[in-house]
Amino acid sequence: MFRNQYDTDVTTWSPAGRLFQVEYAMEAVKQGSAAIGLRSKTHVVLACVNKANSELSSYQKKIFKVDDHIGVAIAGLTADGRVLSRYMRSECINYNYTYESPLPVGRLVVQLADKAQVCTQRSWKRPYGVGLLVAGLDESGAHLYYNCPSGNYFEYQAFAIGSRSQAAKTYLERRFENFKDSSREDLIKDALIATRESLQGEKLRSSICTIAVVGAEEPFHILDQETVQQLIDAFEIVAEEEGPASEPGAAADEGAAAEEGAGADQGSGAAPMDI
Amino acid sequence: MTKQQANWSPYDNNGGSCVAIAGADYCVVAADTRMSTGYNILTRDYSKICKLADKAVMASSGFQADVKALQKLLAARHLIYQHQHNKQMSCPAMAQLLSNTLYYKRFFPYYSFNVLGGLDNEGKGCVFTYDAVGSYERVGYSSQGSGSTLIMPFLDNQLKSPSPLLLPAQDAVTPLSEAEAVDLVKTVFASATERDIYTGDKLEIVVLNADGIRREYMELRKD
Repeated sequence: MFRNQYDTDVTTWSPAGRLFQVEYAMEAVKQGSAAIGLRSKTHVVLACVNKANSELSSYQKKIFKVDDHIGVAIAGLTADGRVLSRYMRSECINYNYTYESPLPVGRLVVQLADKAQVCTQRSWKRPYGVGLLVAGLDESGAHLYYNCPSGNYFEYQAFAIGSRSQAAKTYLERRFENFKDSSREDLIKDALIATRESLQGEKLRSSICTIAVVGAEEPFHILDQETVQQLIDAFEIVAEEEGPASEPGAAADEGAAAEEGAGADQGSGAAPMDI
Repeated sequence: MTKQQANWSPYDNNGGSCVAIAGADYCVVAADTRMSTGYNILTRDYSKICKLADKAVMASSGFQADVKALQKLLAARHLIYQHQHNKQMSCPAMAQLLSNTLYYKRFFPYYSFNVLGGLDNEGKGCVFTYDAVGSYERVGYSSQGSGSTLIMPFLDNQLKSPSPLLLPAQDAVTPLSEAEAVDLVKTVFASATERDIYTGDKLEIVVLNADGIRREYMELRKD
């Protein structure tokens, strides 16, 4: 594109009033593997696609527990994400120490956003190259926020970021109105289906995705592989019976793959390093 | 011109006694629940025992405001550890952390006399005993607090671990069963309550073993 003139540092505006370095940072988020979040009134579910650099390596950790009531999924420069998770954890611990109560999610995302903004206005810094889906519960209910490198943050009913997230977003857009009253199980099922959308062709197995849940009576935790595989098997069998009617057209080959592989493909594929 | 003296002290002693006994596969940590100041009782129902990790329980007597601050700090540090290592702190690890935390305030100490009890990495009971500035030692049993001078000789009489100078080296743990150890603790506190005015009201007993953590209470004399 014709952005080359004003994109050398983050403190230079373009004549059209844009900061290209910040926009490039947002591109980095789009390059990372997909992360998906959805919420109901009582639960929030995070899902992400586990992508390993090569067959020899393990996949990178993209979902982090921040506190009992908050978790985060990242897409983009995972190193930046790790550092920001550490910051979030530290903020939660300090708040809890001072006030003996959990840090409200909305406060945390504002602090995170302000931290990101600083990097967009210092000539010796660069913006964080990571998008964060912050899932949490507090007194005002269940929340899902998206924090971007620009320093903006938005609240969502459901959202997806990273590569091939558009497919997941399309699925979520069709279904999000129902999420508010979804049960925990349905919410997780929707997360898995949305994850499958961004896999686009590849078979959905528990080794290729990570699911995490937080709820009113349920501290944030990552589901273990067996549980996830059972859930996948459960709804893929249902999907077979229903036929591909409820699935979008682009996933027609998904149905065929499910029929072949259902039950035969438990836990196979590259074994990732255990978290 | 005589040197100026402080006309107030940042410390107060809220009294009370703590005990911990280590067994082959269990650990008992106990403390009374009386909180006093001077010759007055502030409350008869205050817990001096804090679970720091799944396998590490601390009982502290002394200045309870400092104890509370210490407990909060250790809890926060434990959270950080869990985030970094994805597991709970072991009792020996917590013991070292407590020591370092206490020494950090060497020149304005936590007025807190601690016993840390729990299960070590092999599942055996362990007890660590501290002074106010972090000097610590792993022992088979210990007591701290206002009644410790009455309790400790009795525990020595019943449980004396072999001297570390003995060869071959013998385990520092007690040959008592869990039920016997709990019974001993109850006896010990009943005795201490008789003669120590700061010990009494109620006894809180925490038992750690392979099945988890269990809590028990026993009434003590209220005078």
